[in-house]
Amino acid sequence: MSAPMISLQGLSGTTVFDQSPARAKSGGCASSSCGSSAKPHEMDSVVWEKIKDHPCFSEEAHHYFARMHVAVAPACNIQCNYCNRKYDCANESRPGVVSERLTPDQALRKVIGVANEVPQLSVLGIAGPGDACYDWKNTKATFQRVAKEIGDIKLCISTNGLALPDRVAELAEMNVDHVTITINMVDPRIGAKIYPWIFYGNRRYTGVEAATILHERQMSGLEMLTARGILTKINSVMIPGVNDEHLIEVNKWVKERGAFLHNVMPLISDPAHGTHYGLSGQRGPKAMELKALQDRLEGGAKLMRHCRQCRADAVGLLGEDRGQEFTLDRLPDKVTYDASKRETYRAVVARERGDRLAAKSEALGMVKTAGSGKSLLVAVATKGGGRINEHFGHAKEFQVYEASPKGISFVGHRKVEQYCLGGRAEDKSLDGVISTLEGVDIVLCARIGNCPEDRLKEGGIRATEAYGYDYIETAIGALYAAEFGSEPLAATA
Amino acid sequence: MAFKIIASQCTQCGACEFECPSGAIKFKGETYVIDPKKCTECEGTFETQQCASVCPVSKTCVPA
Repeated sequence: MSAPMISLQGLSGTTVFDQSPARAKSGGCASSSCGSSAKPHEMDSVVWEKIKDHPCFSEEAHHYFARMHVAVAPACNIQCNYCNRKYDCANESRPGVVSERLTPDQALRKVIGVANEVPQLSVLGIAGPGDACYDWKNTKATFQRVAKEIGDIKLCISTNGLALPDRVAELAEMNVDHVTITINMVDPRIGAKIYPWIFYGNRRYTGVEAATILHERQMSGLEMLTARGILTKINSVMIPGVNDEHLIEVNKWVKERGAFLHNVMPLISDPAHGTHYGLSGQRGPKAMELKALQDRLEGGAKLMRHCRQCRADAVGLLGEDRGQEFTLDRLPDKVTYDASKRETYRAVVARERGDRLAAKSEALGMVKTAGSGKSLLVAVATKGGGRINEHFGHAKEFQVYEASPKGISFVGHRKVEQYCLGGRAEDKSLDGVISTLEGVDIVLCARIGNCPEDRLKEGGIRATEAYGYDYIETAIGALYAAEFGSEPLAATA
Repeated sequence: MAFKIIASQCTQCGACEFECPSGAIKFKGETYVIDPKKCTECEGTFETQQCASVCPVSKTCVPA
C-alpha cells in the first residue's frame, strides 16, 4: 500500500475507503468474482472488460459501481400476471415502479445531474415501467443523447424479448453491450399461466399461442445477441407451483444459447400492489426456497445472487436508492456534465480493487489451510467498497457470505429495518433484525453497541466490530481460520 | 364511429398513441385523448382496434 486512501465521503456520501493503510499486502490479481463465482483468469478478458464496472453483471463491481435507471419507456407489449400497470408508488422498491416518467430530454438532464454528484455511476439502464425494445423511439433517443454527453457510460436495457429481435442491430450500433431479458418459461403451456396476453403484429394473442410467440422471439433475440457478442443476463421470476421446477429447464436453454448470467428473482405478490397474482393469492417463494433453487442451478448458467429487484428509476449502488434526491424538481434547469468526480473515483477504485483482489486471494488461502469441513455463515454491514464499514444500527441490509472448504462466496443479502434511527435505538426493529438474520453465525460491522450485541447473543448470533474497515474477505478468512483452523491465525483483529 | 379513453383508468403509457394508424391519439394535459374526427375505429386497416388491443387496462379504450 502506498499513500492512505482518499476518502470519498465528501464526494459521494456513500462509499468510504479506509483511511489507514490496508492490512492486506498487495499482490497479483489472483482472484475475484463476477456474476456468481467466475474469476477473471477463467474468463475471456474481453468479457471481463465489459462487466468489471457493471454492478448488475458483476458481483465484484457491485461493491464499487452504481447504476441509474431512467423511466422513459412506459409502453409495453405484453401483460404479465405479476405486473399491474396502474400502480406506481414512491415508497415501494420493486421492478416496474417509478415516481416520475421522463422524456428523453428530461432523462438527459437527470443523467448529467446524477453523474455530477454520484461518482460511482457507471451504468445507465432503461428498465421500464414498460418495455425498452417496444417503446423504442424513447429508448433510442435517450441513449443517443446521453452517449453524446457522457461517452464512457455503459448503456443497458431490460426487455421481455418480444420486440427484441427487431432491435438487436440498432442496439449493437449504439454500443449497448448489456441486455437483460426476462424469461420465465420455455414451455408455452407454463407461459400461458404467466402471460394473459401479448400484442404482436398488430393484434392481441392469448393463451398458449401468445406464449409460443413470446418464447420463439425470446430465444431468437438471445441467439442474435450472443452472435453479436452482446452480454445477456436472464431474469426469471420464481413463481411457486407455476414455474419453480421449470426454471431448471429454462436455465439449460439459456445457457445453451449463450446467456452470460441467470438471475432468479422471487415473485413479489403483495395483494396491495393489485397484480393478478397478488389478488389471486399466488404466493412468492420464501428466502430459503429461493436459495434451494439457486443451489440446484449451480453448474448451469452462472447465477446472479446480488440482485435487489430495484425500482425502474433507482439511482445509486445496488441496495440503495437515491432516486428521491434527483427528481426533476431538484435538478437545475440547465446542467453541464463535469467529469471530474467520476474520473477521480475511478482512479481510486482501480488501486483499491487491486488491493482487494490480493486480500481476497490471501483470505481464500486461510480458509483452505484451515482444513475444516465446516461452513460459516457471516452477515456483513457495508456501505460499499468491499469493506466492513457500516454501523450495525445504520444497516438497511446485511450482505451474507458463506465460508466453507469451497471458498468464500456471496450468497445474498437480507433487508432489515434500520435499528438505529436518528440516534435512537428501536427495540422492536432489533427483534426484526434478529429474526431476519436467522441461521447466520456471526455479524461483522464497523461499530455496534453493547446492548444490541448482547441481545443478538441471546438470539444465538454473535456480532463483532473487531474487523471494522477491513476487506470483507480478509475478515471472513481470518474469522474462519480462528474458528476452525488447527492453529488460529491472528491475522487481523 | 370513434373510440374514447376513460381518463381515470389510463396509465399514460402511450402505447395507444404509437399504435394508432390514424394519428388520432395525443397526450393532452393529464391523459391521452382520441380525436373523434380522426378515429376510424381502425376499420379497413386492422381487424381489431389497435388502442384497445394494446392497452394494459381493460375497458379503457372503448367505443365513444
